[in-house]
Amino acid sequence: MIGSAYSVADLVALWISLKLATVTMVLLLLACTPLAWWLATTRSRVRVIIEAVAALPLVLPPTVVGFYLLLFLGPHGWGGRFAQQLGLQSLSFSFGGLVLGSMLYSLPFVMQPLQNAFQAVGQRTLEAAATLGAPPWDRFFSVALPLARRGFISAAVLAFAHTLGEFGVVLMIGGNIPGRTQTAAIAIFNYAEAMNYGAAQRLSVTLLMGCFVLLVIVYAVNRRLRNAVVIA
Amino acid sequence: MTKYRILSPRLAAQLLIWLLVAASLVARADELNVAVAANFFGALQELAPRFEQATGNKLVLSSGSSGQFYTQIKQGAPFDVLLSADSERPRQLEAEGLAVSGSRITYAIGTLVLWSPQSQMVDSEGKVLFNGQYRMIGIADPVNAPYGAAAEQVLKGLGIWEKLNRDKQIAFGENITQAWQFASTGNADMAFVALSQVTDGKIISGSYWIPPQSLYTPIDQDAVVLARTTKRRTAEVFLTWLRQDPQAIAIIKAAGYSVKP
Repeated sequence: MIGSAYSVADLVALWISLKLATVTMVLLLLACTPLAWWLATTRSRVRVIIEAVAALPLVLPPTVVGFYLLLFLGPHGWGGRFAQQLGLQSLSFSFGGLVLGSMLYSLPFVMQPLQNAFQAVGQRTLEAAATLGAPPWDRFFSVALPLARRGFISAAVLAFAHTLGEFGVVLMIGGNIPGRTQTAAIAIFNYAEAMNYGAAQRLSVTLLMGCFVLLVIVYAVNRRLRNAVVIA
Repeated sequence: MTKYRILSPRLAAQLLIWLLVAASLVARADELNVAVAANFFGALQELAPRFEQATGNKLVLSSGSSGQFYTQIKQGAPFDVLLSADSERPRQLEAEGLAVSGSRITYAIGTLVLWSPQSQMVDSEGKVLFNGQYRMIGIADPVNAPYGAAAEQVLKGLGIWEKLNRDKQIAFGENITQAWQFASTGNADMAFVALSQVTDGKIISGSYWIPPQSLYTPIDQDAVVLARTTKRRTAEVFLTWLRQDPQAIAIIKAAGYSVKP
């Protein structure tokens, strides 16, 4: 049952999942690094509010997040109207829309490891670097970033894996279009619904094995890094 | 100091148990657990109190997709009756011995409608489908949802299925509710939905086209009594009532369905 060949649609769905997970991971890391750094170092009272907002996607059911995104992206929603004013197509039913939804939904999984990692670096280390004459950007790039690298690995793995397994948001705003928005998770669900358990299992096992291998590699690398000496 | 207790906790617990036993003996009315396809949920909510009035039996409703119910029933879900959105799954349950054989009825026949919330969008002959002035059409998943299969047949019958798919102009909802959502939020310009979703006796808002019945296989929605029920008689009474009671039929028709003569 598992040994049978993949259909073209399966491979396309897997490719879209991989692409979505990778793009989401990279964009989230880029977007969250400055924000997590700010959250880890600021004394502003606004911090708790931002922290709470960034954790909210953990609370809401994904289909609810997806539904609100659908309203937001529609012609009467802010996102849809904004796109119209710019003369652009709305993001609903597009790959870009899936990226937006996935970024929103995986946000806490990147923000929290990064913030924790930056906090663990500690003010003292940074002050020591400052007394040695390192300007702020140098303190960030040569001290904080290398020391926080395990946080980055955790964040990247969580963002990637969480996006691969994401279902509800993609279901709501994707429109299940083969070759554009049909991810592996959606394809598996469709197979199961259609009582095609063989095909569902084939894709599920592929996804599981792929992620398992990936996670093993990441954790093995992580273990080496832990023992390595930082040369700043 | 001595505490005076009229009831010891133990005595109170025993009394409570006896009360419950007595209550269950007195109550003759049954409670039926009904799994109902999402598109008929609203209508059944209206029907349930009438049925209770008529027979004294209560209906406990669970709404969901027919496909999920089928899987759950195979795994022993505790439902007495299934009101499916298709005829295929009830037939299959019957064949597999999971439904009481001979209990299957067609309780409603669905009508497909091309609907848009915008008043000028859809014309009464469906010519809009050919004018190329739209970005997206929402339909339910043709493999799993009967209304999706019907929509596919209509688009194929009109000869535009291939083109729309090639241009990726069809958004597939998991079920008919999602197809409706695509259009009602404006993300799709129009959608093939169930007439029951947009009618309240008459079409509530927007514009629509009802494709001729000749373009698609009738959407028979079948119900069965499930084999594991302990309330078979009550379940059969319910299905007979659903099929024959004039008041029930009136509600089903007002909800946008037709019934078998």
